[in-house]
Amino acid sequence: MNGSSIIGLPSVLSVGRTRRRRRIRPHQIAISIFLVMAALFFCVPIYVILVTSFKSMNEVRLGDIFALPQRWTFASWKYAWFAACSGMRCDGVSGGFFNSLFILLPSLVLSISLSMLTGYAMALWDVKWANGLLFVLFVCAVVPFQIIMYPLIKITGFFGIYGTTFGVAVVHAILALPILTLIFRNFFRSIPGELTAAAMIDSGSFWRIFFEIVLPMSGNILIVVLILQITSVWNDFIVGLTFGGHDAQPMTVILNNLALSDTGENNYSVDMAAALLTAAPPLIIYFVLGKFFVQGITAGALKG
Amino acid sequence: MPAVEFRNITKKYGASTVLEKLNLKIDDGEFLVLLGPSGCGKTTLLNILAGLLEVDDGEIYVGEREVSNLDPKDRGLAMVFQSYALYPTKSVRGNLKFGLSARKLPSDQIKQRIAWAAKLLRIDHLLDRRPSQLSGGQRQRVAIGRCLVKQVDLFLFDEPLSNLDAKLRTEMRIEIKKLHNQLQNTVIYVTHDQVEAMTMATKIAVMNKGIIQQVGTPDEIYDFPENLFVADFVGSPSMNMLDCVIDRANDSVSAVDQCDDLVFELNDYKWRQAATNGQKVKVGFRPEHFLQLNGMQPAAKYLRLERRAQFFEKSGRDAIAFLDLPSRTIAARVDPPYADRYRHEKVIPVLLPLNKINVFDAESGQRL
Ligand SMILES: Nc1ncnc2c1ncn2[C@@H]1O[C@H](COP(=O)(O)OP(=O)(O)OP(=O)(O)O)[C@@H](O)[C@H]1O
Ligand SMILES: [Mg+2]
Repeated sequence: MNGSSIIGLPSVLSVGRTRRRRRIRPHQIAISIFLVMAALFFCVPIYVILVTSFKSMNEVRLGDIFALPQRWTFASWKYAWFAACSGMRCDGVSGGFFNSLFILLPSLVLSISLSMLTGYAMALWDVKWANGLLFVLFVCAVVPFQIIMYPLIKITGFFGIYGTTFGVAVVHAILALPILTLIFRNFFRSIPGELTAAAMIDSGSFWRIFFEIVLPMSGNILIVVLILQITSVWNDFIVGLTFGGHDAQPMTVILNNLALSDTGENNYSVDMAAALLTAAPPLIIYFVLGKFFVQGITAGALKG
Repeated sequence: MPAVEFRNITKKYGASTVLEKLNLKIDDGEFLVLLGPSGCGKTTLLNILAGLLEVDDGEIYVGEREVSNLDPKDRGLAMVFQSYALYPTKSVRGNLKFGLSARKLPSDQIKQRIAWAAKLLRIDHLLDRRPSQLSGGQRQRVAIGRCLVKQVDLFLFDEPLSNLDAKLRTEMRIEIKKLHNQLQNTVIYVTHDQVEAMTMATKIAVMNKGIIQQVGTPDEIYDFPENLFVADFVGSPSMNMLDCVIDRANDSVSAVDQCDDLVFELNDYKWRQAATNGQKVKVGFRPEHFLQLNGMQPAAKYLRLERRAQFFEKSGRDAIAFLDLPSRTIAARVDPPYADRYRHEKVIPVLLPLNKINVFDAESGQRL
């Protein structure tokens, strides 16, 4: 019994004020245990990687992987960035980093600008065969990359961009176009119809409406797509491996070579540092972009 | 100022026909209110005129020009939407400006127009705010401002006041009306609020299920409804309707309600079509037309009713008495003191002037 119903207040009122003390139930314990295990599953390896990267090789050889470093050292990080060998080249992952960067930036610009415009046109303007196109896009979005890999190699070779960072970027952009177009189209469809109608009456210009009305309202979806694209392009391995040739391999491929290179003893602390360096950019992007997540972008457009 | 004409407009959504062969003409400088129940096609008709929807058949003329195939921006009109549809990422100034800079007006003229509209609508202190920082009434004024600055001759309003509270709605109603008096544009205004329709319109078009039921001045619509739908839809509480049979004897005509034992003498009724003896009709009269007994003889002929009042509904200025008839109840408006006086009596006497009666054919629903 709770106090307020004894003194006769309507029960509706009492709901919010006095809440029964919750007892912990068996299924809640089970869920908690599962969640803790899931968290450990990710956290333990990260912890090991982190501490290992700050150890010297002598310490690593002791084999106590959970111990904190006795002497913290940045030597492995420096070595991984500047001097570690992947295959014949010994300039660390830094070369791969810049390759990845030069792949990432053009592919972002290409894929997002193209898919956004296509999605905008399909959502808000009369496009002939728009429904057919939508279906094709949907099919394209689910076709596995491996099926079109060989033709794509031929095509990039024909255009002379095979083995360049730009070539890899173009392939990434092409692969991302269908799904991104679908995402943008659906987002633009959700803009209130009267808003676009007002813009049609006011201006009626494709570009003007895009740049002045639609684009400023797309902040949220742009952030989502950016995170999606940055992560998938940066973490990609197979596209970079297949289309990068000798000089345009992304950081992930370099990391792989570096860890597998079979000259001498495996330098674990360098491998760990290189892995962390490779994984860092998407993480940093999460934290930076997450800040710009603005809710309620259409607030105030409609009657409140 | 343009006249607007719809000719044989047909609009279908898939299999369902929303508008069929609709004809409507709106004169220069008219304030036409489209009145009708929800879902009858009012917004559809406006959107067709604005060019936002394509018609399946028919033509639209604005002035001399056929506009059926023009883009929305080329039709020379401005529209206020049911939701205000302000651009959320633009300031109020940006909202007003968008339609102008798209027309490549010189910037000093743009500034001048924005200042003019902002002053007229008293939003000059809000120009730098975002729509989300405005109240409902202010948003509504910005939406009107966005139309004003374009200085076009034809304004379309789609239920702009439907989400405002009663007081603000009354205020805005007066302001829009004033604006129309000042600018003399042609206005097409959609609403399903009767008070708005009656107070603002120079003409009302009553619509139902995609068909224009009647076009006329507010007085015509109110006093001489063309058919049962208009009679029933316009007015609150709605018109009393009694099933009667025409009785023609010698020189006199009357409508007899047998179950309720009422006889309406119709010798002075202005017939559109003469009724035949025995024809089934509906006799309609408004609650507001009842007179009360005050010792003076009313000028027109009247029918005296003395019935028990089942209950009264008082709303400050008025009291509606619901009078018992054998087959149903009818509503009669009386003054509140009069209602109080007769509250505990057995019957309340009221007079129904016979010149206020409407007669409709029971089958076709048309006015006789
Ligand atoms: N896109 C659409 N697809 C199918 N039917 C539609 C579509 N838009 C409207 N309708 C139908 O057309 C009819 C008229 O709609 P409309 O929006 O013109 O009504 P309205 O008179 O403006 O109503 P309200 O007063 O509620 O705004 C409705 O029956 C509606 O269901
Ligand atoms: Mg509507």
